[in-house]
Amino acid sequence: MSGQTTSNSKPLITTFSYAAEEVIKTLFKTFMSPMGIVAGAIVVLGLFLTFLRFTGGLGAVTNLSDYNAWGIWIGFDLLTGVALAAGGVVTSAAVYIFGMKKYHFAVRPAILTGFLGYALVVLALVYDVGRPDRLILGYPFVVSQGTTSVLFEVGLCVMLYLTVLFVEFCPAALEWLGLKKARYLIIKLTLVLTIFGVILSTLHQSSLGALFLLAHSKLHPLWYSSYLPVFFFVSAVFAGLSMVIFESTLSHRHFAHQMGEEHLKGREDLAFGFGKAAALVLAGYFAIKIVGITADHNWDLLGTSYGAWFLVELLGFVALPCFLYSIGVRDRNLKIIQWAAGWTVFGVMLNRLNISVIAFNYHLPSADRYFPNWMEIGISLFIVTVGILAFKVIGTLMPIFYEHTEFKDLH
Amino acid sequence: MNLSRRKFLGWMSAAGVGTVMGKKAYAASDRHLRENPDSKGVLFDSVLCIGCRKCEEACNKVNELPPPEQPFDDETVLDHKRRTTPDAYTVVNRYDDSGSAKGPLFRKIQCNHCMEPACASSCFVKAYKKTMTGAVTYDASVCVGCRYCMIACPFEIPTYTYDSALNPTIMKCTMCHPRVIEGKLPGCVESCPKEALTFGKRTDLIKIARERIRKNPGLYVDHIYGEHEMGGTSWLYLSGVPFKDLGMREDLGIKPAVEMTKGALNAVPIVVGLWPVLLTGIYAISQRKDKISKKEQEDAVQAALAKATEEAEAKLSKALTDAETKKKVAIEAAVKKALEEVADSQTEEGS
Repeated sequence: MSGQTTSNSKPLITTFSYAAEEVIKTLFKTFMSPMGIVAGAIVVLGLFLTFLRFTGGLGAVTNLSDYNAWGIWIGFDLLTGVALAAGGVVTSAAVYIFGMKKYHFAVRPAILTGFLGYALVVLALVYDVGRPDRLILGYPFVVSQGTTSVLFEVGLCVMLYLTVLFVEFCPAALEWLGLKKARYLIIKLTLVLTIFGVILSTLHQSSLGALFLLAHSKLHPLWYSSYLPVFFFVSAVFAGLSMVIFESTLSHRHFAHQMGEEHLKGREDLAFGFGKAAALVLAGYFAIKIVGITADHNWDLLGTSYGAWFLVELLGFVALPCFLYSIGVRDRNLKIIQWAAGWTVFGVMLNRLNISVIAFNYHLPSADRYFPNWMEIGISLFIVTVGILAFKVIGTLMPIFYEHTEFKDLH
Repeated sequence: MNLSRRKFLGWMSAAGVGTVMGKKAYAASDRHLRENPDSKGVLFDSVLCIGCRKCEEACNKVNELPPPEQPFDDETVLDHKRRTTPDAYTVVNRYDDSGSAKGPLFRKIQCNHCMEPACASSCFVKAYKKTMTGAVTYDASVCVGCRYCMIACPFEIPTYTYDSALNPTIMKCTMCHPRVIEGKLPGCVESCPKEALTFGKRTDLIKIARERIRKNPGLYVDHIYGEHEMGGTSWLYLSGVPFKDLGMREDLGIKPAVEMTKGALNAVPIVVGLWPVLLTGIYAISQRKDKISKKEQEDAVQAALAKATEEAEAKLSKALTDAETKKKVAIEAAVKKALEEVADSQTEEGS
């Protein structure tokens, strides 16, 4: 593969100019396809909206108001993005901590998805916060620490975990660039990084739910619960598991020619193994959601219109995919597993949007409620597209779906 | 990969120490703000308010806010329910009386300056501060603009200058903190012609409010809104009708916001402390399982091998014995034959 053409003897600057050239070439090739043209159009639109956002302020492109301070950039890009990016931690924990070595081939794609996911979350926050310069420089965060804030913890954990994911992703990039020594150093850190990743993920996945503990008067009681942090953490686990299956399904369509033997052989095993785990976690989640309703004496609210919507989420997007996964595992039916994965991913998005937007401010008259501006959706779409393009370029150039010939069996 | 004791301890402490060093101790951070006995507040008596909006005008003036679209003496403004905006830290709304025929009712809305403010406990850069005077102030110079305070505030007070591209900020009532320090009254209190607003020590205001309720039976609802709501607020309210008829929420409870996230934040150091142990333990177990199964496999192979050798040996020795017996028999037979031959030849010789 391309990694073989460079070697350690070349100066770094040559290595990097080579890397830049390859990236541009691949990007160009990617745009030269029907889907690539659509992606290109979204990118152009996104850049235009970016210009509007940073010259006209949040008011120019969003429907945010004094009542509705958070919109889909928080509900979708941040909350859903972080939940779905849990695939990285779930897979690396399964392989490196729980010792399920047969899924080793799935670690790199999952870490890459996770890393890009978190990077895009931070990118989305650059659009969402009023003073992105302070977010990027991080200075008030250091000199004026608001440790009573759940958001402080979220910010710190996300920042640290993004770093962990970057380091975990590095071996693939270093193999591509032929930088053996640096790669060897990082590989040695694998277990520590994985443990770090699980700690940080436990903390910030649950804290994203804890953010809403303050808003007991604004979030509908069916969604508000003192168990919110637990709900967020547990749902992040099945979101991550499902996202790995979902990503593997899509990757097989686009990268099959690049996939190593191990990957092609283990693909189905992965789907059934992770599907089984997802079914179990979904069942547990269903149970604790019932505990949540009971603990807050909210059974009567199920009869209201919000209750009906709550049941759609709970039965349609928790119970149903749990059932589908179980059937799929029992019958060894890959198609059902893949559908269940997609369905679960959508369900997690629905849950996060319910909590942050749909069931939030339920007490306000409809005139004061929030509905996203098309430009907000446009920027979210742009950010997702940037992620897919980055995945495509990195997956094409670097040893993500196969083992680099020079580094086989070195880990 | 083999897990030695040294490695195990090394990794465990690396993960544990590393994570702890990255952050401050949270357990110490959920401090309980005690009421400063001298902290000031304002009592708003809705029974006395006539909706003249003089307070809005004064607020606009002292805070140097942009002039309103409709002048302050235009009463048609009251036909719509309004909320605080970046251009108006306080607004007065009219609530048309439904049943008790007490005429139109008015309520002034502004920051309630909570005793334990939700905005302050939500802010990750400590931009909010509950000052000694009682005012909750906001420092725009550290604000990142996450707007979590707006999510947190149960009274929906903070507003944001969404239209500013470069320097948007939160805008809200300061309880005229700069004026109070100078010994002046807050703008709104000073301008009220009906004494519907009273500025003073919060503890005194509660006494005054109780006195009014006691002295005027039937005129007031027996409740001081803000005495306990959300842990208490520096602004206090009296009303002749249930507070929900003035658009005020009666379901907020008396627990300050900071209490609601306390449990979740307290769990943080526990996770940081226990997860490395748990995870390294799981790792060690899975490694040991692999090791044991590998050993079992080896043992089985060895046993099978030993068994095979034994069997082969037995077979060999049996074969050897057999061969020996055969040989013996053959020798015996040969000896017998030889003896017979000898005997025969002797008989032949004798005859």
